[in-house]
Amino acid sequence: MFVNIRGQVLLWTAQRVSAAVLAVCVLVHLVTVIYAVRSGLSAAEILGRTRGNAGWAAFYTLFVVAIAVHAPIGLRNVLSETFDWRGTGLDIAVMAIGLALALWGLRAVYAVFI
Amino acid sequence: MAASPTLAVSVWRGTESGHFQVFEVPRLESQTVLDVVTYIQRSLDPTLSYRFACRVGMCGSCAMTVNGRARWTCRTHVARVAAGGRLEIAPLANLPVVKDLVTDMTPFFDKWAKARGRFQGGATRKDDFARVAPASPQRRLAEAGIECIGCGVCYSSCDVVAWNPDYLGPAALNRAWTLVNDTRDTGNRERLKAVAGDAGCHACHTHMSCTERCPKQLAPTASIAGLKRAVTVAVLKGEL
Repeated sequence: MFVNIRGQVLLWTAQRVSAAVLAVCVLVHLVTVIYAVRSGLSAAEILGRTRGNAGWAAFYTLFVVAIAVHAPIGLRNVLSETFDWRGTGLDIAVMAIGLALALWGLRAVYAVFI
Repeated sequence: MAASPTLAVSVWRGTESGHFQVFEVPRLESQTVLDVVTYIQRSLDPTLSYRFACRVGMCGSCAMTVNGRARWTCRTHVARVAAGGRLEIAPLANLPVVKDLVTDMTPFFDKWAKARGRFQGGATRKDDFARVAPASPQRRLAEAGIECIGCGVCYSSCDVVAWNPDYLGPAALNRAWTLVNDTRDTGNRERLKAVAGDAGCHACHTHMSCTERCPKQLAPTASIAGLKRAVTVAVLKGEL
C-alpha cells in the first residue's frame, strides 16, 4: 500500500501532521501534569477527577492515535538509516510496534478516563 | 611562539582500503591546501593522484576532505585549518575512490539524471522567445539555486547520503528545484515524481550540512523544502 511514491509521500505527510498534533498534546499534557500534582500525587485524587471525564478522554485518545501514527513512521526511518534495514520485514515490525502502542495507550485511556 | 617551518600532512593513499601516508611539507605564507598537495606530488611523491583545474575557486574540481570537512582545497588557506601544524587530506566522502584523492563522480551525476535535473523545453525555433520576468517570484527562486557547478561538496557533507545509498542528494534535488521553478520547462509532472519519496526530497532531515559548506553559498536545504511543499501539493491535488 505504501510502497509506491504516492504512498511514501502520504506517510511523510502523516508524520508531519501527527507531529503538529503531538506538539500541542505534549504541551497540554505537561502543563496539566504539573498543575495536577501541585497538591500532592495520589491515585485516588487524580482518578477522582479523570474518571467519567469525556473531554479529557477524547483529548488523550487523540494523543494516543497521534503517537500510533508518528512513532512507527519515524522509527522506520531511524532503523533503516542506522542498521541499513529495508523491506517488508521492517515495515511489518514497525506496524506491529505502532499497533502495540495504540493498544497500550487506549487501554490506559480506558483505565484513567472511563 | 614561532610557527614550525614545516607541516605534517597525512594524505590518503589507496582506494576504499588504504592508509594515510605522512609527508613533511615546507610551510609558506598564504599557502593553500592545493599548494600543499601539488608540492607533494611534484617534489616528494609523483605517484600521488589528485584532481584540480582552475586553482582559483571557479571549477570545483579540487574538492577534498580536509581535516574531516569537504572543501575546495584551492580556496582553503592552510593557516585557517592546520591547527598545530597538522593537516589530514582525504578524498571526498560518500563516493567511490578511484585512487588516493580522486573519487568517481559517476554516482553523483547518475543521481542528477535520476532527479530529472535536465531542462525539458516545449518550444521550437519557430516560436518566439520565452518571456521570464527576472523579478518574478519563480525566477527569483530558480536563480537562488542555479549557480551550482556540481563540485560534490554538499553530497559529501550529507549525513543522509551516507546513511541511505538511494538518496538523490542535495545537488541533484537543488537542480530539480531550479527546473521546477523554470516556467519554460514542460517536464515537471515527471520531475516531481522523480524527486519524491524515500529516496528523494522526503529523506532530507534538514541537518543543513550542505547549506553550511556549499562553496557558492547556495542553500540546497531550502530547495529541498520547496520540493517537499510542491510534491505534497501535487499529491493532495491527485497529480502524483
